[in-house]
Amino acid sequence: MKFQKFIQDHNHQITLLTAILIVAGYLTKYGLGSTTGEAIMLAVASIIAAIPIVIHAYQALRVKVVSIELLVSIAVIGSFIIGEYDESAIVTFLFLFGSYLEERTLSKTRQSIKSLTEMAPTTATVVQADGTTEEVDVDDVDEGDIVLVKTGGSIPVDGKVIDGHGYTDESVVTGESRQVGKQIQDDVFSGTMVSDGYLKIQATKVGDDTTFAKIIELVEDAQDTKSHAEKFIDRFAQYYTPAVLVIALVVFLFSRDFKLAITVLVLGCPGALVIGAPVSNVAGIGNGAKRGILVKGGEAMDTFSKIDTFVFDKTGTLTTGKTSVSTMKTYKGHRETTLALVAKVESLSDHPLGRAIVTYADQQGANFQTLNVTDNRTVKGQGMIAEIDQQTVLAGNLKLMQAQQVPLNDEQHKDLAALQATGSSVVLVAVAGELAALIGISDIIRPEVATQLQQLRNKGAKHLVMLTGDNQATADYVAQTVGIDEVHAELMPEQKVTFVKQFQQAGRTVAFVGDGINDSPSIATADIGIAMGSGTDVAIETSDVVLMQSSFEALVHAYGLAKKTVLNTKENITIAIAVVAFLLIGLVAGFIYMASGMFVHEASILVVIFNAMRLIGYGHATSVTPTPVPRTTTK
Amino acid sequence: MMTKKAILQLDGLTCPSCMQKIEHAVSNQDGVETVKVLFNAGKVKADFDDAKTSAADLAQVVTKLGYTVEKVKVKD
Repeated sequence: MKFQKFIQDHNHQITLLTAILIVAGYLTKYGLGSTTGEAIMLAVASIIAAIPIVIHAYQALRVKVVSIELLVSIAVIGSFIIGEYDESAIVTFLFLFGSYLEERTLSKTRQSIKSLTEMAPTTATVVQADGTTEEVDVDDVDEGDIVLVKTGGSIPVDGKVIDGHGYTDESVVTGESRQVGKQIQDDVFSGTMVSDGYLKIQATKVGDDTTFAKIIELVEDAQDTKSHAEKFIDRFAQYYTPAVLVIALVVFLFSRDFKLAITVLVLGCPGALVIGAPVSNVAGIGNGAKRGILVKGGEAMDTFSKIDTFVFDKTGTLTTGKTSVSTMKTYKGHRETTLALVAKVESLSDHPLGRAIVTYADQQGANFQTLNVTDNRTVKGQGMIAEIDQQTVLAGNLKLMQAQQVPLNDEQHKDLAALQATGSSVVLVAVAGELAALIGISDIIRPEVATQLQQLRNKGAKHLVMLTGDNQATADYVAQTVGIDEVHAELMPEQKVTFVKQFQQAGRTVAFVGDGINDSPSIATADIGIAMGSGTDVAIETSDVVLMQSSFEALVHAYGLAKKTVLNTKENITIAIAVVAFLLIGLVAGFIYMASGMFVHEASILVVIFNAMRLIGYGHATSVTPTPVPRTTTK
Repeated sequence: MMTKKAILQLDGLTCPSCMQKIEHAVSNQDGVETVKVLFNAGKVKADFDDAKTSAADLAQVVTKLGYTVEKVKVKD
């Protein structure tokens, strides 16, 4: 057992030694003219290099697996017996060297995911009952424990801040690299970095239950979740290897040509074919994972690339899902003064529309806190009336204005109707008996949606549909603004499912894009369910693709990535099959022998890996939107 | 009896046939119910009967095949 371990650990040295011996062998032959010297060196090289291969073959055989190593071992021993030392030496060397290169390049394709897992914290500083702290393994932290994280530290649990404040970089969870301020009561996530500050956190989820751990598990599983093509190739490879053994035997029995038979063994190694498809998927999934796009495996990648119909939920997907002030039209007085007055009035109520106005006033920097309210009352179903600085301020609906005899002129009526047509709720504001402003409050459409939807079309989406529970007017307005082909409004969740099924029956491949929480039935029904902007458990479990950051850019990237990955897989399979065909023709035509066959094999494996590596860089150029900046020169 | 789940973290796997080897070897172990080898993550996940075998035994099986087991985790 020790010997075996020694061999394992010194694989690289063995490969190097073999190479030196082979070169030395040829030098002896052509330099010193000693063929005996050459034969001895190559024989020694063969034996040394064959040891690790034979060990692997034997181990596999013990568990009843016919491995590639077995084929190579038999071939090498065979050529050794008939005295073809140069063939055996070169074949073993190429096999070892090829494995070494495969290992190096494969780890590159896995790097994106590995770097993600390496961000998982391993230790935590737990605050004990007596106030002292102790450094413990992250697996030993329990729910309810209090952990301490300082600047530069990585948060080891999901939890709530109970003391301190600071900034965290949540890019591992959201894919969005920006500083997020954290204060008492705020939620924090495992794996995120405290870039500045000091936080005491009470753990709510620990270990494998944290969002970050779930993401890692999902991505790891995804890499090994195979597409139909891969599954087929796997099954094929399982029978293929023993079949090659049988074929070689048959070839020998019929042709009585021992050398030909062992050449068949080497050529029959299933190389690029087995590695080609998985390596594309790993690189593709890795590319996504780095951007907060989680694709659940090769199968999902495959189906995603075939999507022609995208069905969107409205609220929280095409729109931000937060009601806020979208328009403010003023008719009298200073815009800022009016905003301050209405914000003061609304700050006295807790009506949702009122809160949106107060937030807006805060953002605009309107100074309303110091205003003096002498009297105020709420008129049920109409709005509010207040006395501020000896002026009567009204904020409410049209009924309130009519009841208080505030007239609206034709233009104002028109504006009101136009605003309502966009699906906005409108707050009318009157100061001293005259209409001062109309404030439209609505769920804001994401600004980038229209252009990104066009990008989806450019990449191959044929049909864009919106299904929403919201009213028809709002739905129509949003659809028109962003460029949606088909709208269905006022739907219950199960009615959305019915629509998805209808599209599928019409022969379309459907993706449903929602926020992942209230749309889970539709997400589960669609060919590809895409959860946008949430790393919640439900979203991760039910959907095929999770977009950690709530952005359409991520959706477009994911769609393009799926198409590129599937294309890459096809390229690799084509390369692999072409190589096999080339080798077979070469064998029959007599220009391929054992060593050259092995060389072609190893080279083709590297070619497919390098081809897949191109996927790692996909989207680098487009992630920075090239906006031409007009240069103005001043003299 | 109780079914537990063992997760073995190996140092990178490079050949798909390694996967078959490990899968066969671990599933041949008495008491092992299901085995899943994650080729790219280099992980072996196995459900096993606590009374018949242990995570350490499974790690031993994998080590015997010539792979380095970096970390062993057991979940109930």
